[in-house]
Amino acid sequence: MKPFSTVEAVGVPLNLSDVDTDRIIPARFLRKPADGGYGQFLFHDLRFDGAGEPNANFPLNRPEYQQAHVLVADTNFGCGSSREQAVWALTDEDTGPTGGFRVVVAPSFGDIFRGNAIKNGLLPVILDAATCARIRQELEANPGSKVRVDLSAQTITLDSSGESYSFDVDSFDKHCLLNGLDTISLTLEWDGEISAYEADVNANQPWMVPD
Amino acid sequence: VVGIRNKEVQRVVTDLEKNARETGVRLFDIADPQQGIVHVAGPELGLTLPGCTLVCGDSHTSTHGAFGALAFGIGASEVAHVLATQTLWQRRPRTMRIVLRGEPPEGVTSKDIVLSLIAKIGAAGASGYVVEYAGPLVSRMSMEERMTVCNMTIEGGGRAGMVAPDEEAFAYLEGRRYAPSGDDWKRAVETWRTLGSDPDAEFDMEHILQGDELAPTVTWGTSPEDAVPVTGTVPDPAVQEDPGRRARWIAAMDYMGLSPGMRMSDLDVDRVFIGSCTNGRIEDLRHAAAVVKGHKVRVPALVVPGSTAVKQQAEAEGLDRVFVEAGFEWRASGCSMCLGVNGDIAQRGERCASTSNRNFQGRQGPGARTHLMSPAMAAAAAVAGKLIDFRNLAAPDAVARGENPT
Repeated sequence: MKPFSTVEAVGVPLNLSDVDTDRIIPARFLRKPADGGYGQFLFHDLRFDGAGEPNANFPLNRPEYQQAHVLVADTNFGCGSSREQAVWALTDEDTGPTGGFRVVVAPSFGDIFRGNAIKNGLLPVILDAATCARIRQELEANPGSKVRVDLSAQTITLDSSGESYSFDVDSFDKHCLLNGLDTISLTLEWDGEISAYEADVNANQPWMVPD
Repeated sequence: VVGIRNKEVQRVVTDLEKNARETGVRLFDIADPQQGIVHVAGPELGLTLPGCTLVCGDSHTSTHGAFGALAFGIGASEVAHVLATQTLWQRRPRTMRIVLRGEPPEGVTSKDIVLSLIAKIGAAGASGYVVEYAGPLVSRMSMEERMTVCNMTIEGGGRAGMVAPDEEAFAYLEGRRYAPSGDDWKRAVETWRTLGSDPDAEFDMEHILQGDELAPTVTWGTSPEDAVPVTGTVPDPAVQEDPGRRARWIAAMDYMGLSPGMRMSDLDVDRVFIGSCTNGRIEDLRHAAAVVKGHKVRVPALVVPGSTAVKQQAEAEGLDRVFVEAGFEWRASGCSMCLGVNGDIAQRGERCASTSNRNFQGRQGPGARTHLMSPAMAAAAAVAGKLIDFRNLAAPDAVARGENPT
């Protein structure tokens, strides 16, 4: 996983709440390997109309936002299905419509999506609804303007107005993101404890292990 | 696998088989009579046990909490982590208790209860929480009913929903293929009896739902929280105080082809789907068949059992004949139209009465309009060609003459 430190990039506003992972990537596209180019299907049925033509009103199709790597949405972003392809579609640098997202800002996230995002180096930033609305408004008024997200300092700064907000992040998540850590190798350092626990379950609750 | 025409889909299936074989993981593959949707087959096989921590790469893993397991959905990276280490990193979640009480009117099912509950707490109402369902109404539920409730926990934002294991759960599990037996069974049950929350346990949040006031429930919009009684109407966004939600309602009405004040029971349907990990179990098919018996469907309608075992049980009871004689398609088990896979979709603009769990935009196909409801309600919609309180459905000969009460 690519370490995350600071991202300074165009921010794109998405004035939608409850954006479920089916809308981020419809199930009919979930047939490829992880690196199969999910970015091309990102927000597919929002980006394209029934005839396959780009929907001019959808922000990701507007020329000003073509290089956007920061997405600012409304509440409950990424609710629904656990499909990690939703995150892969957002982060895909090669086939994603804007060259991949590094940060999503929203008042709240679906729990599973949030976990998947961190596992893939996509930073979910939680700010209150009014602040998210304010940022979206600013990005709409100044299309193509940049947003600076500093994970170490836990701040997000708007280029156009200079306003800055701080955000909370779980210390373990921050550590993993900053260092691009693979949690499997971290966990395997606890192999002794894991084996001891398994031995205890095998001895005292043998029914937990199917024959 | 040979029959799978799409090369990409075939690769998904063959890779799974190959990987499972190479790593010594027992796979219940497509041809296995024990296969099914994991949230149906897991409990059937007795693999889902009280007190276990159970994860799958699917958000409806919350279903297994019906047995007092801590069960939740994870993404592919976390699945890899579990396979490599048998562990997951977790933060202690906040706790929520939802007390269900009262006596619901005849014909109100666990699906109606959970849809009403999500309408009350909102689609993100349980976000960050693990939910315990408690109260007299839960104690009286069958395991199938509890699974439907726990299954939909994620639609209220909660990753896991659970019920304290009791005699009903033990009776369901005893004798199942992978459930413990003999002395192990006795010891296991003894342990499981200690798992319930303490009587004085404190929760970070508590909700109460009174069953007496509920009715068969349907969704009008594009979020599971958009649920109203079938006797109700499409709400007016003008009364919605939250601006974000008001905007979502307006967009949902546009997508669904509805306007404020329309009566739910006036809506014609184009297609019906009965199945899914929410409502694809044998009790669900029995409820639907009881409504369908003697009628004919007016729209294309599909029944997809949740597992091969459910399918075989239904066939042993003759339910398949009830469905087929009424004009339903009777399919092999799977997820099917719940999420519009394998070509099982509703067409753009079509209204689908569905027993599944999500009415998201495009979930059942691009432009498809999903109305969630119970199996009995979906069955009635199929024979009436419209949304209808199944308790008011006329006799088959009257329905055939077009005499449907509204």
